[in-house]
Amino acid sequence: MSEGLEGGLRALRRIFIAAAAALFISAPASAVTLKYASQNDPQTVDPHAANLLVASRLTSQVYDTLVFRDKGWKAVPWLAESWTQVSPTVWRFRLREGVRFHDGTPLTADDVVFSVERALSPLSQMRTSVQGVASARAVDARTVELTLSEPNPALVQHLTQFRIMSRAWAVKNRAEKPQDYKNKEDAYSARHANGSGPFILKEYTPDVRVVLQANKDWWGRKAGLWQGNLDEVIMLPIQSNATRLAALLSGEVDLVIDPANQDVERLRANPDLRIVEGPEMRVQYLAFDLQRDELLYGSEKKRNPFKDARVRLAVAHAIDAQAIRQKVMRGLSKPIGAVIPDLIAGYHPDGDKAVPYDRERARKLLAEAGYPQGFEVTLDCGNNAPAADICQAVAAMLSQAGIRTRPNIMPQTTLFPKLETYDTSFYLLSWGGGITSDALYTLNALFHSPTGKGDGDFNMGRWKNPQIDRLLGEIKVQADPAKRNEAIRQVLVIANAERPVVPIHQQLLPWVMRRNVDAWFSPVNTVYFYRVTKQQ
Amino acid sequence: MIAFILQRLLQGIAVMLVVGFIAFSLFNFVGDPVSLMLPPEATQADRQAMRTSLGLDKPFYQQFVTFVENALHGNFGISLRLGRPVSTLLVERLPATLELAMTAALIALVAGIPIGVYTALRRDSWFARALLTTSLVGVSLPNFLIGIFLILIFAVWLGVLPSFGRGDTVAIGAWTTGFLTTSGLKALILPAVTLSFFPLTLIMRLVRAEMLEVLRTDYIKFARARGLSDRSVHFRHALKNTLVPVITIAGLQLGGIIAFAIITEQVFQWPGMGLLFIQAVQFADIPVMAAYLCLIGLIFVVINLVVDMLYYLVDPRLRIERAAAGGH
Repeated sequence: MSEGLEGGLRALRRIFIAAAAALFISAPASAVTLKYASQNDPQTVDPHAANLLVASRLTSQVYDTLVFRDKGWKAVPWLAESWTQVSPTVWRFRLREGVRFHDGTPLTADDVVFSVERALSPLSQMRTSVQGVASARAVDARTVELTLSEPNPALVQHLTQFRIMSRAWAVKNRAEKPQDYKNKEDAYSARHANGSGPFILKEYTPDVRVVLQANKDWWGRKAGLWQGNLDEVIMLPIQSNATRLAALLSGEVDLVIDPANQDVERLRANPDLRIVEGPEMRVQYLAFDLQRDELLYGSEKKRNPFKDARVRLAVAHAIDAQAIRQKVMRGLSKPIGAVIPDLIAGYHPDGDKAVPYDRERARKLLAEAGYPQGFEVTLDCGNNAPAADICQAVAAMLSQAGIRTRPNIMPQTTLFPKLETYDTSFYLLSWGGGITSDALYTLNALFHSPTGKGDGDFNMGRWKNPQIDRLLGEIKVQADPAKRNEAIRQVLVIANAERPVVPIHQQLLPWVMRRNVDAWFSPVNTVYFYRVTKQQ
Repeated sequence: MIAFILQRLLQGIAVMLVVGFIAFSLFNFVGDPVSLMLPPEATQADRQAMRTSLGLDKPFYQQFVTFVENALHGNFGISLRLGRPVSTLLVERLPATLELAMTAALIALVAGIPIGVYTALRRDSWFARALLTTSLVGVSLPNFLIGIFLILIFAVWLGVLPSFGRGDTVAIGAWTTGFLTTSGLKALILPAVTLSFFPLTLIMRLVRAEMLEVLRTDYIKFARARGLSDRSVHFRHALKNTLVPVITIAGLQLGGIIAFAIITEQVFQWPGMGLLFIQAVQFADIPVMAAYLCLIGLIFVVINLVVDMLYYLVDPRLRIERAAAGGH
């Protein structure tokens, strides 16, 4: 269609809209409804059934936590107005007064005890949210005591993901347990909710819509936390990228949180739209098999080149993170040298030193390590965006430096089981530390030697460093924040020097919205609707 | 006749068992749903526990046997993605898909047959030629592209029709219908037209070819010689004789429309079974995939049966032959 015609149609539509607006100008201010679209359905609204971002994007609107985040991503009092650490393993939380669930019943310490038990139950996927907690006890109606089996200095960070449910409501609706895949019944709590949060769940039809209504009696309004003006939110899953954007352009939806990267540039030029973007706490990185004495998928069968620190450094030098940022990510990434970004508690710039892109130096390092002709290796990657594109770019860059890399791109459902059995020589993965926003969570998973007991679960290269293991052991129990941060700094510095993984970048996420909408960008890629405004 | 129907139904069950078995042998390759059910940061012990509890650690034929056993008890398992019984999900989604498919089939028939007749009768007119050329587009353009074009024109540029979803629905018992609300009807237009494009062109071209064939036969010449009106010759004598192949193709196309609604449903976020299935594939949601494939198998079997029975109504020769052979 020619530009003239398109312009004409747009003008025609404006006239229609103006006419419609003129008709309604005398009507009283109507309810403010935000229509929000993203690719995925939340899958469940049960706060303990799934540890998935798509689910917590919904549950965090409906359910409250004891501790939550301010705009600087610091943990702040929420349902708990204060807390004290009685001993290294005993914490007491004082609940806010006057908090009510959506059904009108008041929040008591007993509800928190119930929620702890529920989150700890075998069917729960949210056990990390109460990590280390062994039991909970109601001291009085407004005081809860958590007893830990081992000290957890990051408990408060973990609790920002621990959502509180009413015991009476759960018992009444036989929802005392999170989703059970063996049960033949529909789990009531998967599609119904009774939280104390800023929004009330009105309707949840999977793959069609979620309707949320603003909670006029939310305790946070009195506490000055409500910064939005929405009366109603409709969350729409629209799977197809093109359709989702079409719905935004036609004004059927107000906010899309996951536009395709290639569309962002064009959307920026559209005067009807606004883009709010920020870094996600997720780091894309390359990791090596550091266990075997050969390349399982590669040319070297006598020795494993990746075991040589010079080869790992060569890989780091061979990757042009800026080129990836410009060409693959279309500007939507931020090169990084550490596996944790700066919003994570414990971050230290000493451990965030990226080596410059230098192909000649990479070649020289390879020659020094005994590979003047380079070698061949297969790089395993997921087929999700943008990993698949990054994978191909990285493979090309490494090949130019002499490491002839074959990208092996597969669905995530295939990649994870493969990595889990260490069936790889070289892989590309991303890690989101936002769940707890504490460094230990990431460092323990990526750098601790795998024990099969929760340590080093994502150290699929099986890197072993006794010093790191010792430091991580200290970080787990060290109650003195200064000493703990120093131990974290040391881990980051060692990892930065030894390079068991090569961090590439942190992704920047663009949210696209109509001009009249404004939202606060949270680093966990979740729109908190109580901080969204929409001008009528 | 009853024996014939029973025989076909038994064949249908065999078809579904085979479909199910092949499906399960393929599920080995869709990967491991557990990696998506748990966060990427979950521990390996968690993953293994989840896998064992779902029976995913067993070989595929054991999973298949369990599936059949449970299916015989009317239990198709729990969707791994949505955590709800698969039977409930399919029952919820069936109305959306059937309404879409039926509307698309209706458009294809109601538009396809007259256009086919017209292009056969006015072979050389420019309009007939234009229709034929346009129909090439319908055959050669992929469904999702047509859908996106329609969205661009009618939702983004003109802003008259919704680009996604099903609008408001009214529940009548277990059935939800979009036929009774304005927004439901508006939402139906674009996906139904998109989905009807391919069968419409197919039916139109088929009717045209058959008509041209029939118009050359002797009995049409005799009919004209008897001085019957054009109208009577074309529609009573010619068209009726073109319908046997048209019914076959239309029937098979209806099955195809239901099965291939997957793409259209994805483009328009139409909350039907196809959308459920495509998301199940991405998630490796084995219970949903298995039940869906068996259901589609069943639909094809039933449609074929209905088509076979329709032949009897349309073609008197079949009735006589069967009677002569003593029936089956």
